[in-house]
Amino acid sequence: MTTTEEPQKEAASNAVDKAQYLVCAVLVAVGAFLIYDALTLEAGFAKVDPVGPKFFPLAIGIILIVLAVILAIAIPRGSVGEADAGEDVDPNSPGDWRTVGMLVGLFIAVIVLVEPLGWAITGTLLFAGAATILGSRHYIRNIVIGAALSLISFYAFYSGLGIPLPAGILDGIL
Amino acid sequence: MENLDWLIQGFEQAVTPMNLLYAVIGVLLGTAVGVLPGIGPAMTVALLLPITYNVSPSAAFIMFAGIFYGGMYGGSTTSILLNTPGESSSVITAIEGNKMAKAGRAAQALATAAIGSFVAGAIGTALLAAFAPPISKFAVTLGAPSYLAIMLFALVAVTAVLGASKLRGAISLFLGLAIGVVGIDFLTGQPRATFGLPLLSDGIDIVVIAVAIFAVGEALWVAAHLRRRPTDVIPVGRPWMGRDDWRRSWKPWLRGTAYGFPFGALPAGGAELPTFLSYITEKRLSKHKDEFGKGAIEGVAGPEAANNASAAGTLVPMLSLGLPTNATAAVMLTAFVSYGIQPGPTLFEKEPLLIWTLIASLFIGNFLLLVINLPLAPLWAKLLRTPRPYLYAGILFFATLGALAVNVQALDLALLLVFGLVGLMMRRFGLPVLPLIIGVILGPRIERQLRQSLQLGGGDWISLFKEPVAIIVYVLMAILLLMPLVLKLMHRPEETLLIVEDDKDQREKAEA
Repeated sequence: MTTTEEPQKEAASNAVDKAQYLVCAVLVAVGAFLIYDALTLEAGFAKVDPVGPKFFPLAIGIILIVLAVILAIAIPRGSVGEADAGEDVDPNSPGDWRTVGMLVGLFIAVIVLVEPLGWAITGTLLFAGAATILGSRHYIRNIVIGAALSLISFYAFYSGLGIPLPAGILDGIL
Repeated sequence: MENLDWLIQGFEQAVTPMNLLYAVIGVLLGTAVGVLPGIGPAMTVALLLPITYNVSPSAAFIMFAGIFYGGMYGGSTTSILLNTPGESSSVITAIEGNKMAKAGRAAQALATAAIGSFVAGAIGTALLAAFAPPISKFAVTLGAPSYLAIMLFALVAVTAVLGASKLRGAISLFLGLAIGVVGIDFLTGQPRATFGLPLLSDGIDIVVIAVAIFAVGEALWVAAHLRRRPTDVIPVGRPWMGRDDWRRSWKPWLRGTAYGFPFGALPAGGAELPTFLSYITEKRLSKHKDEFGKGAIEGVAGPEAANNASAAGTLVPMLSLGLPTNATAAVMLTAFVSYGIQPGPTLFEKEPLLIWTLIASLFIGNFLLLVINLPLAPLWAKLLRTPRPYLYAGILFFATLGALAVNVQALDLALLLVFGLVGLMMRRFGLPVLPLIIGVILGPRIERQLRQSLQLGGGDWISLFKEPVAIIVYVLMAILLLMPLVLKLMHRPEETLLIVEDDKDQREKAEA
């Protein structure tokens, strides 16, 4: 989806936060899809079900688009949402979208690899990769912690909860 | 006293060694994650939802009860020792609490927060046990139209009253409602908004959505803004209070509880307003007015009690009506659903033992918190020093694990990423998270309730407005929506989010 192409505009124009148009785009996309999908549905028996299956998706879709329009009008007037604060959030930093992009890339790799390679390997990859991307330079330690977490969770879910996580290429070894 | 019998039975269930163990695990886990920056109680319960597939309902809820109160308590530790509150409800605690800690009174601040939380939690849970059953008994007599009205009211209240911007609340709510549409239409059996994927016909698993929005979204958002310098944690010994501290704390505890519980129990309550009111009250009533702003113990004791009492209050609508009004309650409600238990007014009738076990474990969890946490405070303070790369890598790891465990399919991980990015977007642009979650949960139930009541009413729309309670609720809803408008007309502020209003203003100004 859309994250990395977000330019750091906050500093340049502190009054109008143009990046908010991204929200409008998402709202329009979701709304349009709901409306399109609703129009492909067949109505039920109108007598007992006057609402029908179309009404909710149609109404939600239309309102989403209306909200997008309202937001689009409000943005140039200087309407800004207050970004989330938190213990580890430095609100004054411009936003390190490269780190986010790398994390998203790592996550996509995990989605693709989790079934062929199994949880033990992809879990290790996920933890060690994320820790490295976030700035931990102890590469060996990252991998050791990741491997320990993955193996423990694999066995805990398998024998403790009875949920078989994918074993992948290590099937038979684990 | 039928309810007292049930409560005793609930205690009998909850104090078996196995269940006590779950309670201890829940309390420790809840406090740990409450203390850890970046994770709140809602996220913890969400991450633990997969265990509901294999643990008995009572054990799971005993653990969730511990997490619920533990998370609240842990949050106060963070705001006192670090001065960066994670949740809006502990902002007030941070004001005086951190000042006290800096003045070398961290032990007293933590103690008054812990004991105040215990007092408020105990009173709040007792009020919950007293009020939830009669409310649910009354709610059972209501018909579908009234219940529909109450659910709509909860949606409107959470969106319009909480949060700074109504526009952004509405955006979040309708995104949530949109997610709720995905799946098979229950009356006509047609797949809706499934992208033709059969795997989506049961809808998107709420566990995946909750984990994505709370955990992945938060981790990505923090990754974009991670502080590169280490934070200053104020070292602390074992919390204790002197006689003078007790004398100054007990009244604020009780007043805070009195503010917190009713606000929590209201569908639009939340914890921000009561903590703030409690702070103002204590400031006005205190004999040490000059200490406020420099670390007054009353300013920690009152708001902390209000915060916890409000948490107990939110369980009233959740257990008696099936209405979640804060994020943790919303996620706990999804646990009911994943056990096949229909949340709603019939809960007390159908699952009395489970509910009373939950209430009993709230008492136990609250007590355990006091016993365990006072001696463990120095350890919790150490947790604050967890290296951030490991903390957030761990959050991503457990989020993935949790989502994968739901159905063991890679598609859920893809959904996790998509909704994680939605969560990131919401944090970046100040869209509140709660309306989205409430929309996902209540949207499908509102649609079902509406269409079923119309079926019963023979397709007649008027049948929706025939019950007195329904009419009263709609009137209240209208008042709630129109109130700000009326106030605005009286005050005429420069900025308004209602464009129509604004345009009129602009025109009038131009003409003048």
